[in-house]
Amino acid sequence: MPKDEIANKGGIGASTKRREDLRFLTGKGRYTDDINIRGQLYAHFIRSEVAHGRIISIDASAAEAMPGVAKVFTSADFAQAGSIPCGWQVTDRHGKAMLEPKHPILAEGKVRHVGDPIAVVVAETLDQARDAAEAVVIEIEELPAVMDMKAAVAGGDLVHEELGSNLCFDWGFVEENKAAVEEAFAKAAHVTTLELVNNRLVANPMEPRVAVGDFEEWTGQHTLYTTSQNPHVIRLLMGAFVLSIPEHKLRVVAPDVGGGFGSKIFHYAEEAFVTKAAHILKRPVKWTSTRSEAFVTDAHGRDHVTKIQLALDAQNNFTALRTDTYANMGAYLSTFAPSVPTWLHGTLMAGNYKTPLIYVNVKAVFTNTVPVDAYRGAGRPEATFQLERLVDQAARELGVSPFDLRRQNFIQPDQFPYQTPVAVVYDTGNYQATLDKLVEMADVAGFEARAAESKSRGKLRGFGLAHYIEACGIAPSNLVGQLGARAGLYESASVRVNATGSITVFTGSHSHGQGHETTFAQVVSDMIGIDASQIEIVHGDTSNTPMGMGTYGSRSLAVGGSAMVKATNKIINKAKKIAAHLMEASEADIELKDGVFTVAGTDKSKTWVDVTLAAYVPHNYPLENLEPGLEETAFYDPSNFTYPAGAYGCEVEVDPETGKVEVVAFSAADDFGNVVNPMIVEGQVHGGLAQGIGQALLEHCVYDENGQLLSGSYMDYAMPRADDFPMFQVDHSCATPCTHNPLGVKGCGEAGAIGSPPAVINAVLDALHRGGFTHVTHIDMPASPSRVWAAMQR
Amino acid sequence: MQSFDLVKPSTLAEAVSALAADGAQALSGGQTLIPVMKQRLAAPSVLVSLGGIAEMRGVAAAQGVLRIGAATPHAAVAREAAAHYPALAKLAGGIGDPAVRNRGTIGGSLANNDPSACYPSAALASGATIVTNRRQIAADDFFQGLFTTALQEGEIITEVQFPIPERAAYVKFEQPASRFALTAVFVAKYANGVRVAVTGASNDGVLRWKAAEERLSANFSASALSDLNLSGADMMADLHGSGDYRAHLAKVLTGRAVAAS
Ligand SMILES: Cc1cc2nc3c(=O)[nH]c(=O)nc-3n(C[C@H](O)[C@H](O)[C@H](O)COP(=O)(O)OP(=O)(O)OC[C@H]3O[C@@H](n4cnc5c(N)ncnc54)[C@H](O)[C@@H]3O)c2cc1C
Repeated sequence: MPKDEIANKGGIGASTKRREDLRFLTGKGRYTDDINIRGQLYAHFIRSEVAHGRIISIDASAAEAMPGVAKVFTSADFAQAGSIPCGWQVTDRHGKAMLEPKHPILAEGKVRHVGDPIAVVVAETLDQARDAAEAVVIEIEELPAVMDMKAAVAGGDLVHEELGSNLCFDWGFVEENKAAVEEAFAKAAHVTTLELVNNRLVANPMEPRVAVGDFEEWTGQHTLYTTSQNPHVIRLLMGAFVLSIPEHKLRVVAPDVGGGFGSKIFHYAEEAFVTKAAHILKRPVKWTSTRSEAFVTDAHGRDHVTKIQLALDAQNNFTALRTDTYANMGAYLSTFAPSVPTWLHGTLMAGNYKTPLIYVNVKAVFTNTVPVDAYRGAGRPEATFQLERLVDQAARELGVSPFDLRRQNFIQPDQFPYQTPVAVVYDTGNYQATLDKLVEMADVAGFEARAAESKSRGKLRGFGLAHYIEACGIAPSNLVGQLGARAGLYESASVRVNATGSITVFTGSHSHGQGHETTFAQVVSDMIGIDASQIEIVHGDTSNTPMGMGTYGSRSLAVGGSAMVKATNKIINKAKKIAAHLMEASEADIELKDGVFTVAGTDKSKTWVDVTLAAYVPHNYPLENLEPGLEETAFYDPSNFTYPAGAYGCEVEVDPETGKVEVVAFSAADDFGNVVNPMIVEGQVHGGLAQGIGQALLEHCVYDENGQLLSGSYMDYAMPRADDFPMFQVDHSCATPCTHNPLGVKGCGEAGAIGSPPAVINAVLDALHRGGFTHVTHIDMPASPSRVWAAMQR
Repeated sequence: MQSFDLVKPSTLAEAVSALAADGAQALSGGQTLIPVMKQRLAAPSVLVSLGGIAEMRGVAAAQGVLRIGAATPHAAVAREAAAHYPALAKLAGGIGDPAVRNRGTIGGSLANNDPSACYPSAALASGATIVTNRRQIAADDFFQGLFTTALQEGEIITEVQFPIPERAAYVKFEQPASRFALTAVFVAKYANGVRVAVTGASNDGVLRWKAAEERLSANFSASALSDLNLSGADMMADLHGSGDYRAHLAKVLTGRAVAAS
C-alpha cells in the first residue's frame, strides 16, 4: 500500500499523532495527584537524615496533640504487616540462595539509608502534618555508614546484622565455563583490560510518586491509586505479601502516569502505608512525594564497579571474555533488583559478537544507600557500556579500526538463530547492515574534514562508535521462573466489541508516556479494517483490565501487543462465523477486508457493524452453536526474548582548555523489527538517547563517605536539557522482524539509553587521543568538564 | 512552608517601617527566599515585598553611570541595559531561565551574595556603588564572604550604580546541574585601569584578581596573563570541580573575557 494511504488509514506503519497528547499537552491529564477523595487526610513521612543508625526512641506524644493530627504512625503500627517483597531470587555460584533482608514499611530498630522512613504524621492538611512532624522527637545512635562495595564485602559494619554479611550474592555465569575461559586467557595473543564504573543514576520522571489509599468500610474494599507502571503487580505484591488483602478486595489504579523509566515498577513502602493507614483511620490518606523525597526514596539505577577483560587471538578474533562486577543493591532489595546485574546483564555479555567463551561474576552488595533497581535498560546498558568500551580499547591497543574489529567479530547474518555462550538465543539480526547504515548516516567519510575544521577553532573532535544488543519483551514465564522470577511474565488483553461496532481494548500493559492508546489502536484498526477512532484502549485499573504484568523492558508491544493480536484474532474468527451465518455461506469462504466481510467468489457482503449488531441482537443467529456477544480475552506468553540491535555513532567536540564536551552529532541505526508507528518509535529513541547521553556526560548520584547524598537536588544532579543535544539522526530501516511474535516487533523503549553511553565516551576518548592526550585510557561517566580536564592533566 | 504575613508597601519609607517588625524579612523576586522557606530552612513571620515600590525599579544611564533600581528583575536589566552596558545586560540575560529572570532581582542577588551568583562579579569588577536606605557602600566593602554582606538588620538596597566601562565582558562557565557559575569572570576596562572579578571559585565568595588587573591595566590582552596563576588552595571544591580546576578556569575565562570585551 502506498505510504499516504497507510497514513490516512491510521493502521500499522502510520505515524499517527498521539491521541493522548491532546489531554497531556493541554494540562488535562488525570494524574494520581489530581485525585482527591472527600475527607482525605495527608501523610508526611519523617525520614532518616543519617545513613545508618540505631533508633533509640521515638516520642510522638506532643505531635499527636497538635492541631489536625489524626495519628502518628511508627513501625509498631505495622507489626502484622509482611516485608516488602523482592520479586526475584538469585541463586549464587555455590547453589546458595541470595541473602534477603526484611524490608519493613517503616524502619524497625535501625535506619539504613538517608530517606529511610521512620514515622508518618497523618493530618487534616499537609502543613499540619509537617508542623507536627517537627514535634516528633527521634533519638538515633549513628553508626558508621557502609558505602564502599569492596570494603563492605571484606568485612566490618553490617547493613543487616541478622544476615551476617553485606554480600547479597556471588553469582557466576556460566559457572561451567569458568575454567575454559581461564584457559583461553592463558593462550591469548592479546588481552585488553578495563576497569570502569557505571554511574549511579536517579530516574527523575517528571511526575513524582504519589499514593492515595481509600477504604470502604461497608464492603471491606481497599483502593490504592498510585503512580505505577504495573498496577496488577502492585496488587499482587502488596495484597499477598505485605498487607494480606485478597485480590477481590483490593483495587489498584494507576491513572495517567508522568514517566517512570523503571522507577515506578517497584512496590514501595508508601503504597502499603497509605492503603493500611486508610484502613486504620477509616479515611482516605494521600501522600505526594516532593522532588527532594524522590531523590532519597525512588529506586536508583546502575551503580556497578567492573573489571572486564577480552582475550584475542593473533588474528584479532575474540576468544574469551570475562568480567567481574560489584553491583550495589542499596540498603534493601527492591522488587526486581537482583535480576538486573544478573539475568538482564550477564546474558547480554556476548553483545553482537561471536565470542565463544564468556564468564561473568557479579557480587551484589548491601550498602547504606537508596535501593538500586531497574532503570531504563536495566542491566543491558551496564553490559553494553563495558563491552563496547572494551572493544574500542582493544582496537586502540591493537592499532586497528574500531569499525573493522567489530565487523570481524560480529555474528554474521547467516548465523541466526544464534546460540550465545550466555544462555540466550538471538532469533534474528543483521549487524553488518546496521553498521553500514550508520557509516552512511553519520558521514564517517567526511569526519576528518570536520575534525580539521574543529581544530581550526581550537576544539578536539572525536567520533565514537558503539553497537548494542538488548533482550526485550521480557519474557517467557517458564524461562524466567527457572532464573528466579517469582512472577510470570506473560501479558493479557480483552477485546470488547460493542454492539455498534466500536471496540474497547482492555490491556494489562501500562502506558506512562509510551503512547499505547495510539499504537495499540493502530494494530487493531489494521487487523479489522475499521478506523482507529473507533477503538479505545483502556489500561491501568485492576478492576477492569485482565491480569497483566505491566510495562517495562520494552515489552508492551512485543508481549502486550501480541496478547491483543491474539484476542483480536479470536474476535475475527467468531465474527467470521457470524458473517457466514448471515450470508448463508461456509465459514471457510469468509474474508474480512477493510471492515467488510465477503464470501469468496460471490458479491455477497456484510459490514463489520452488520455482524457486531447481530452478535448483540441475535435474532438471526446460530444460537445453538455460538454464544451471542463479541468479547474475547487472550494471554500471551512469548517463547523467547526479542533482540533489538543497532549501531550508534557520536561525534563530540572537546574544549581542551576547560574539558567541556559538546555532542555535536548523533546518529542511531536501529533494528526494531517491524514498526507500528514510526513517529512514536523515533520519539522513544530520542528520549532514550537523551537519557543515555545524560548518563554519559551529566547525571551522577553521589554520596559522601557518611552516606549523605551530595546530589540531592537539581542544583547538583545535572539533568540533561534540550540544549545539551544536537538534532538526532535516527533510522530503523534495517529491520529483521522478530520470528516468534505475531507482529514481528522487537521493542524500542530502551535502545537509546543502552547504546549511547559507550558511543559518547568512545567519542571523548577519540577526541583526546587525536589531541595528543594518548595517556588517557578511560574516563568514567559522567565525563563532566572537571573530569575530562583532570584526565588531560595526568 | 510555615505561614507568614505578607506586607506590600508602595513606598520605601513604608517598607523600612514594616521591616522593623519582629521576624520581618525583605522579599524581592523570591527566587532564593521562597525555596528556602519551602524547605523550612527559613521561617520569617512577616515578608515585606519590595516588588510594588516604584522608586526601586528601573534602569537609567546618565553621566557615565548606569543606575538600576534594586527591585528590577533580571529580564528588565537584560533588555534595558543592553544599549548602555552590554556586558551587564548579557550577564542578566544568562541568569537562570525566563521564569527566574522575570522574578529575580539585582537587589536580591546582591543581598544574598551566593558565592556562585553572577551579579556580584559585575558589581565588584565595575566598582559599583550599592545604595541603601541608609548609606552608599562601595562594592569593595559590600561583599564579605559566602552569603555575607555589609548590610545591617533592616537595611534595604535601593539602587545599584555602575560606572560604565570602556570595554567589558562576562564569561560564565556553567555548573552543569544548576547552571549557576561553576566559575565566571567579569572583566571591565576603565580609563584608570582594569578590574577583574571572579565568582563561583573562591572559598571567600566573589574575589578581585588583582594580579591580573595589574597585568591587564598595562597590556589589555589575554597573553598578558600567560605566566599568572591563581592558587587552587583557596578555591571551593565540590563534585563539580576541584579547587585546582576552578583556579585554572578562572585564568582561562579571564583570557576569554578580555578577548570577548
Ligand atoms: C532555577 C534558578 C536558577 C538560577 N540561576 C542563577 C544564575 O545562573 N546566576 C545567578 O546569579 N543567580 C541565579 N539564580 C538566583 C536568582 O538570580 C535569584 O533571583 C537571586 O539570587 C535572588 O534574587 P530575588 O530577587 O529572587 O531575591 P529574594 O529571593 O526575594 O531574596 C533573597 C534574599 O535577599 C534579601 N533581599 C532581597 N531584596 C533585598 C533588598 N533590596 N535589600 C536587602 N535585602 C534584600 C531577602 O530578604 C533574602 O534574604 C537562580 C535561581 C533559580 C531559582
